[in-house]
Amino acid sequence: MRLAIIGFGAVGQGLARALVETGFVITAVADSRSAAINPDGLDIPEVLARKEKTGLCGDTGVGSADILSSGAFDILVEVSPTNADTGEPALSTIRSALAMGKHVVTSNKGPIACAYHELKALADQKGVMIGYEATVAGAVPIVSGLRQGLAGNTVQSLHGILNGTCNYILTRMRDEGLTYPQALQEARDLGYAEADPTSDVKGIDAAIKLVILANTVLGMDVTLNDVAITGIDSITLEALSLAEAEGATIRLIGEILPGKNQVRVSPRVISLDHPLVVDGTLNAISVCCDLAGQVTFIGKGAGPYPTASAILADLNFIRDAYDRGA
Amino acid sequence: MKLELKDTPGQLLGALKPISDIGGNIITIIHQRDQTTSENTLKVDVVLELAEQKLDALIEALRERGCGVVRIGKQRLLQKQSLIMIGHLMHTDLTDTVDRIDQTGFAEVSELHMVMPAIDEPSTAKITLRAVSPEEMLHAVRILREVAEQKDILILEPIGGME
Repeated sequence: MRLAIIGFGAVGQGLARALVETGFVITAVADSRSAAINPDGLDIPEVLARKEKTGLCGDTGVGSADILSSGAFDILVEVSPTNADTGEPALSTIRSALAMGKHVVTSNKGPIACAYHELKALADQKGVMIGYEATVAGAVPIVSGLRQGLAGNTVQSLHGILNGTCNYILTRMRDEGLTYPQALQEARDLGYAEADPTSDVKGIDAAIKLVILANTVLGMDVTLNDVAITGIDSITLEALSLAEAEGATIRLIGEILPGKNQVRVSPRVISLDHPLVVDGTLNAISVCCDLAGQVTFIGKGAGPYPTASAILADLNFIRDAYDRGA
Repeated sequence: MKLELKDTPGQLLGALKPISDIGGNIITIIHQRDQTTSENTLKVDVVLELAEQKLDALIEALRERGCGVVRIGKQRLLQKQSLIMIGHLMHTDLTDTVDRIDQTGFAEVSELHMVMPAIDEPSTAKITLRAVSPEEMLHAVRILREVAEQKDILILEPIGGME
């Protein structure tokens, strides 16, 4: 099947590398300033080399609109950065692709958090799929895990560590006695935190992921405004010591209680032997189900290859379901 | 409570039945054979949860079955939960914060461990609440959360293993 990749940063490039010899053909790529299209398939090593040398993946003056109008793809892969407020411009691009009867796979949280129900209805109407496994917890197959793996269960509660940056900071505060500003600086130096870490440390990024899970697999209808959000930026070392004295620590926990229609993100005191206590940038999600009991997923929540893994899983699912020619 | 039973088969089961019949929740049973007394009876420690007004009826039901109640130790506030508070705890009237829980009648602050690193810096405290039932504990935590919001105090709640 032919892929058009919109967004050619670390994730887009990682995906392009991971797609070599998978049988998928990349016919178009676009970054924020340029694009390249070849209906017969692009020379990916050449595109990657050009991107590295010039910062552009293709020709300026060509853009994602041209890729859409070319129609030379079966699946649109949208991996541009998230805009949590409106989901744009990715939301419009995804909407157009679905309206054209093209499948969509995305790692972009904005459109899914802002407009999942609308996009899903459009996809159903056109008989195509929208895959978004990569939007929550990177490589961890939480969407398919809940939708397929635990199908038939009622999820009574979901708790998760959904932001690797916060988990890294809290892990370092506990392990090394670093203050919050010191741990944040270290996370920045290592590239785990953005130059502007607000969305991570204030709990907004984790909240967006909860909105996605609540709306797409837990049958709820909530927006970011419905989530009670508290970040980690005022956690003191003394708080970690007091927790430690009780055999516990502090982690930023996302919580969904479907029965109470309650969604919140807050730092919580959690026993050190709880399965959600994972170290460093790892993500973990624990669900409590009526039949299965407690099930916990742990894995890498970010990075080009873990994200590519989730995208590839969606792509393979679509190919298995729709590509009868293969 | 500590019960005294005849040391014959079926006695323990017979003693426990009235507890469940009356709506009590048995938490632990400690039954040690070597504590058999000279009168061929044995003593059993039972920890249970029961609404206080049902206690007399339970003692009566046990006596009818020939089961003596040796001792009753009562603990009214069985539920315990510790939370962490971060903020200007003293300057936002800590006495009032504690009173808001104590005034409820169903919950109280049983322990407070506070660390104040420097003047003008936020202080951090572990606050332990006790309440009569899980529902009332939730209610007490909700009150604390409201007070904290008014006073710009950050509350860190514990997360249970299974909810």
